[in-house]
Amino acid sequence: MAERRGGKKAGKGGAAGAAQAPAVPARLAVRKIYKLYLGGAFPRSESGRSYPVTSNDGTHLANAALASRKDAREAVAAARKAFGGWSGRTAYNRGQILYRVAEVLEGRRDQFAARAVAAQGLSRARAEEVVSAAIDRWVYYAGWTDKVAQVVGGANPVSGPYYNHSAPEPTGVVVVFAPQNAPLLGLTSVLAPVIATGNTAVVVASETAPLAAVDLAEVLATSDLPGGVVGLLTGRVPELGPHLASHADVNALDLTGAGRDAVAFEEAAAQTLTRVVRPGPGADAGEEAWLDPDPGTSRMTPFLETKTVWHPVGV
Amino acid sequence: MIFEYAPAPESRSVVTLRESYGLFIDGEFAPAASGENLTSLNPADETKLAQVAVAGPEDVERAVAAARRAQETVWGRMSGAERGKYLFRIARIVQERSRELAVLESLDNGKPIKETRDVDLPLVAAHFFYYAGWADKLAHAGLGPDPKPLGVAAQVIPWNFPLLMLAWKIAPALATGNTVVLKPAETTPLTALVFAEICQEADLPPGVVNILTGAGDTGRALVEHPGVDKVAFTGSTEVGRQIARSVAGTDKRLTLELGGKGANIVYEDAAIDQAVEGIVSGIFFNQGHVCCAGSRLLVQESVADEVLTRLKERVARLRLGDPLDKNTDIGAINSAAQLERIRELTEAGEAEGAQRWSPACDIPESGYWFAPTIFTGVSQAHRVAREEIFGPVLSVLTFRTPDEAVVKANNTPYGLSAGVWTEKGSRMLWTAERLRAGVVWSNTFNKFDPTSPFGGYKESGYGREGGRHGLEAYVG
Repeated sequence: MAERRGGKKAGKGGAAGAAQAPAVPARLAVRKIYKLYLGGAFPRSESGRSYPVTSNDGTHLANAALASRKDAREAVAAARKAFGGWSGRTAYNRGQILYRVAEVLEGRRDQFAARAVAAQGLSRARAEEVVSAAIDRWVYYAGWTDKVAQVVGGANPVSGPYYNHSAPEPTGVVVVFAPQNAPLLGLTSVLAPVIATGNTAVVVASETAPLAAVDLAEVLATSDLPGGVVGLLTGRVPELGPHLASHADVNALDLTGAGRDAVAFEEAAAQTLTRVVRPGPGADAGEEAWLDPDPGTSRMTPFLETKTVWHPVGV
Repeated sequence: MIFEYAPAPESRSVVTLRESYGLFIDGEFAPAASGENLTSLNPADETKLAQVAVAGPEDVERAVAAARRAQETVWGRMSGAERGKYLFRIARIVQERSRELAVLESLDNGKPIKETRDVDLPLVAAHFFYYAGWADKLAHAGLGPDPKPLGVAAQVIPWNFPLLMLAWKIAPALATGNTVVLKPAETTPLTALVFAEICQEADLPPGVVNILTGAGDTGRALVEHPGVDKVAFTGSTEVGRQIARSVAGTDKRLTLELGGKGANIVYEDAAIDQAVEGIVSGIFFNQGHVCCAGSRLLVQESVADEVLTRLKERVARLRLGDPLDKNTDIGAINSAAQLERIRELTEAGEAEGAQRWSPACDIPESGYWFAPTIFTGVSQAHRVAREEIFGPVLSVLTFRTPDEAVVKANNTPYGLSAGVWTEKGSRMLWTAERLRAGVVWSNTFNKFDPTSPFGGYKESGYGREGGRHGLEAYVG
C-alpha cells in the first residue's frame, strides 16, 4: 500500500487546525471510488492497489486504481472478445452509438467542466470550451463512421475482366496511451477515431490526471457501447506499457502519451509487427493543442487495414 | 494418342551479360570500395552468370549522399509532369527490352519464361506506366492538398519477383518526388542492374536511382543509415521484425510486405475444374516462391475426395524443367539455401504424420529442383500448416461449415492473401468479409495489377503497394 496515502482535506487542516472545533456538515458528501473500466464493468484493480491523484496545485482529489499487468491482460482479452461484434456492427449503428456518447456527455457538461477547473486549474470559460470541444469531437467521429470507407476505399480499374475493390477494415485491438496533459479532449481525440472505425481499444489514461477518463468511461458505459469495446486502465505507463506493447494479441499502439517509453514500446511492438503511431509534435501539450475542430482522417487511417477483393467477370 | 512436347527453348542470345557488374551510384557503375564481389548463379544448372559487387558501409554512404543531393537539387524540385515523363519513358524502354529482361530474369531466378514473359515483365511496365500518371496529380490523391516527398527511400527487395518488386518500390517513390537506394536480393541482382542501364538510357538525372548489390549486411547498413527518410522492405517476416525494431526511435517511415500462409477455401458448390486450376496457380505459380501463395487448401469435406483426385491428375501434368522452355510450368528453386529449407519443412511434415504425395517427375541432374508436393491429412498444428514454406508444397485441410473454414483460415499469425471458391455470391462475400487478409481472390488466385492495392494484415506487414494507396507510403 506504499502508493496510497490518506486524503488531505482540501482547505482544512494546517497549522491552526487544533484551535477550532470541527464543523458538522449539513450533509456528508458521497465520494466516488475511481475504478477501472473493464469488459463493461467497473472493477478495482485485481492487485487491490490504488494511488492518490492530486490537482495541479497539489490538492488531493481522489484515489485511482493502480492497474496491474493482469488487469492489462484482462483488458486486452475483453477487447479481443468485443472486436467481432463491434467491427461487425453496421457503420450507421456505430455512428449512432458515438452520437449517443455525445448526448450523454452533453448532459454532464457541468460536471466535467467543474472537474476540469478543480483538477487542472483551468478557468471556467476554458474548461467549458474544452468540454464542448470533447462533446463535438464525438459528434464529429459519429459522422465519420459511415463515410471513411468511401473516402479511403474504392473500385480499382484493373486491366482484365475482374471486379476489384478495396475497402478499409479495422486493424483489431488498439492500445491507446492517452495524452498525459490533455485528460478529456486529448483522450477523446485519440480514442474516438479508434472505435469509430470498428476497432476496440484499451486505454491507458493519463497517469497524473486519470479522473476525467474514469468519468468518461461512465458516459461510455451508459451510451449503448458494448462492454469491452473500450477498456480503461489507470496507473503507471512504465508498468503497464511493456506488457501491452509486446502483447501478441494487440494489433496497434497509439503512443501519444507514452512519453520517454515510446521508443522502447515501438521496439517491443516490432516482435509481432504491431502497428505503431508515434507521439506527434503536440503529444505533451495540454487540452488547447487538441482544439482543431476538423482533425481529418489522420487518426483513423493508421488503424485501418485495406482489403482488396477480386472476382472474375463473365457469364 | 499421347503427344509428347518437343523442346521449345527461348533463345538466350537476346541477353548480353557482362562478366562483372559494379554498383550503380550517382548515375555511374563503380566497383565496391572493398573490392568484394559475389557470383550470381543460374539455379537451373548452377553455372555462373556474372559477378556483382558487394556494397559495404562506404558505398551505402556514397549512395545515400547521391540520392540526397539528387532529391534536393533536381528531383524534388522538378514539376510532377516532368517527373512523370521520365517514368513513362522508363515504362516504354522496359517494354522495348522486355524479351531481354524476361530471359535474364528466368536465367537468374529460375522461374519459367512463360511467367517472366507473360506476367512479370508486362506488370513491370504497367506499374511504371501507372505511377507515371500520378506524378502530376498527387493533389487529387486524397493525401492532402500538397503532398510532399519524404526524401531518400531505402528499399530492399526479395528474389522471387526481382524486377517486379523493383518496379513496385521505385515507381511510386519516384512519382512522389523521392529518390531511392535499392538493394536487390543477393541471388537475383541482374535485372536490377539492367534496370540501372535503362535509367541511363532514359537520361534519368544521376542519383535519383541508385542500386546497391550485396547480401544481408548491405541491406542492414542501408536501412539503418541515418540519412534515409523511408524504408520499404519486402521479404521474410523475421527480417521485417528486425527492421521494425531498428527504425524505432527514428523519424523513418516504414512499410513492410512480409510472409504469408494463405488459405484457399473451396466450398462444395464451387466449380471444381476452375477451383483445381486456381489451386494449382495458387501454389505452383513461380514454384510457390510467392508470399501470397495459397499454400493451405481448405476444402469442404463433402467434395474433398473429388477435388483431391482431380487436383492430383492436374498436378501430374505439370511440366518441370528448363526455365527457358516455353512449355515449362515449374522452374528451378532459386537457391540451394531455399531448397534446403523446403526439404527440411517437408521432412517435418512427414515426421509429424501428414501424408506426402508427388507425381512421377523427372528431376534434372544439376541445379536446384523440387517436385510439386501435396500433403494430406494435415492438422492445424503441423509445421507444414503453420510455417511459410515458400516452395511448391500444398497442405490440405478439410472443413465442414463456413464458420469452421473461416476460423481455420484465420488461424495463422499471417494475413496476406486468401482464396474463396463458391458459385454463391452471398457466401463469397460473407467469407471475404471475415477473412483477415489483405487480398482476397474469389474464384481466381494470384492476380496482380498496378491499380490494385496489395499488402498484409497482422504479421504479413503493413502498408500497401499499388493503386492510390501505394502513394501514401511515400508522402508526408
